[in-house]
Amino acid sequence: MDFSFAKEYEVCRSMFRDFAQNEVKPLAEEVDEEERFPAETVKKMATCGMMGIPIPKEYGGAGADTLTYILAVEELSKACGTTGVILSAHTSLCAVPILEYGTEEQKQKYLIPLAKGEKLGAFALTEPNAGTDAAAQQTIAEDCGDYYLMNGSKIFITNSGYADIFIIMAMTDKKAGTRGISAFILERGTPGFTIGKHEKKMGIRGSSTCELIFEDVKVPKENLLGKLGRGFGLSMKTLDGGRIGIAAQALGLAQGALDETISYTKERKQFGRAISKFQNTQFQLAEMHCKTEAARNLVYKAAWKKDQKQPFSVDAAMAKLFASETAMEVTTKAVQLHGGYGYTREYSVERMMRDAKITEIYEGTSEVQRMVIAGSILR
Amino acid sequence: MKIVVCIKQVPNTNEIRIDPIKGTLIRDGVDSIMNPDDKAGLETALSLKDSNPEITITVLTMGPQQATAILREAVAMGADEAILLTDRTFAGADTWATSLTIANAIRKIGFDLIICGRQAIDGDTAQVGPQIAEHLGIPHVSYVSNVEPKENYLLVKREFEDFYQKIKVPTPCLITALSSMNKPRYMRVGRIFDAYRNLEIKTMGQADIDIDPEELGLKGSPTRVRKTETKQAKKSGVVLELDAKESAEKIVTTLAEKYII
Repeated sequence: MDFSFAKEYEVCRSMFRDFAQNEVKPLAEEVDEEERFPAETVKKMATCGMMGIPIPKEYGGAGADTLTYILAVEELSKACGTTGVILSAHTSLCAVPILEYGTEEQKQKYLIPLAKGEKLGAFALTEPNAGTDAAAQQTIAEDCGDYYLMNGSKIFITNSGYADIFIIMAMTDKKAGTRGISAFILERGTPGFTIGKHEKKMGIRGSSTCELIFEDVKVPKENLLGKLGRGFGLSMKTLDGGRIGIAAQALGLAQGALDETISYTKERKQFGRAISKFQNTQFQLAEMHCKTEAARNLVYKAAWKKDQKQPFSVDAAMAKLFASETAMEVTTKAVQLHGGYGYTREYSVERMMRDAKITEIYEGTSEVQRMVIAGSILR
Repeated sequence: MKIVVCIKQVPNTNEIRIDPIKGTLIRDGVDSIMNPDDKAGLETALSLKDSNPEITITVLTMGPQQATAILREAVAMGADEAILLTDRTFAGADTWATSLTIANAIRKIGFDLIICGRQAIDGDTAQVGPQIAEHLGIPHVSYVSNVEPKENYLLVKREFEDFYQKIKVPTPCLITALSSMNKPRYMRVGRIFDAYRNLEIKTMGQADIDIDPEELGLKGSPTRVRKTETKQAKKSGVVLELDAKESAEKIVTTLAEKYII
């Protein structure tokens, strides 16, 4: 067993860290305050090859792996949760499923610009009445011979206001249940496809979360992703990978809040000494550090198993459950240790606490992760 | 066009601590980095290549095997080829022996333009770049903050404290770059993997550069260090936020009080 990283991972991590500190952190407060999508950062990430990290070089990617991509999401999220999820949704939920399920033509047409970062990706499964019960899809795609006719709507779609390429789940056979769901690739600007209301959120406020509306959208036949009727399985597999990304985002938020708190408690003086000298502070910090490190090991292990082509669904569920709950706990403690200042927007731990909450909800709630984990041990 | 960029691995002085008793650098745990002026020189070469893909960039460093880390970093940023100049006979070289070694290596490699950093943050001599040019008998311009390639020559901007010169310099030539001239790009993820998994770093030793070992390393170095001493830490300064007129008056009075003026 070897817990050390090969040099290329260390160098990548240090590059991601520099990038996050120099390009992402200075914008984090403004992005949150103004609910502004950091499009300029996405462009810069593309020039560093960060928009297609686990995608092979022949499809415009960096030819690296899931673990490297996870390190990027973690480092970005330490500085800004919004930027972390932009990369996570783009990579895990759009580029990777096209790599894994797409035809050669689809990879040439859609994956290459996604991996190069020329285009941004999004994934649409959730509907007003299909959240955790994702099988209850009401969006339909009717076979009309030369094309599918899509009607319906999606909500809470990450990146949607700025995405160019979308993966959309729709019912192609209402009677077949989950076997009646299929996946499609849809381009922004396709007639009848519009982006609806932008959600105002508690956290990750710079992330673009909108509804999608489909009114008689003609989806070309060649845009079916994977096999007809296999969209539900494709979604679940895709979300397994996505969960490692969100776990990495949560891990980054926890580590970012811990780092801020360590420096703050060393500087903040009460009763004539730095509050880091008090045992209560020390015990809190020790607990925060332990849990963050435990989360990191779960997240890296899940990524490693995916890279080794081993089954990783349960590992991804455990990583996401533990990392997201750790993020919530650590950021809450971080605010507490900052005292009154921590409750103000002057200090970034307040933003991190708001950002952390969503990691317990999206891409499968903590309850869903518990179901997956329990299911695996009670078989 | 072939550009050779000379780079040096230096301790990250932002992290350096001094042993309070011995007065020496504590090197343990201090990262090594690419010298900032050299990195700006590499960025200059890379941006020239951005507008002219026919340019090839060779990065060169002289040092022990550990120095390959900055060569890999340079290739991950976009350089085409990396060469490590390493040999036991090179050890202990001063700027004269270093520049002679590098100049002879570059003569073998071939070049149209050589870019060096102005100076290294560990030695601060600013001598190696100009000396390489002298050994090669080519023109050089130091303290360069901008380069515009023209037909058969470069239009370069040379910075001084309170003025600058615009100089036309024919190629082949050498320039020394200022770290303030640009913001070096980040490494690319895919290139980092290539640089660590597939890149072959060429090495050149004494046998490859045709110089008498007597002229290399410590033996070939005329510099003799008579004494080194540690500067005492100064008292921390005072920051006053005043308008221009008040600031000028305050400076004059303070200097007068200390009998400096």
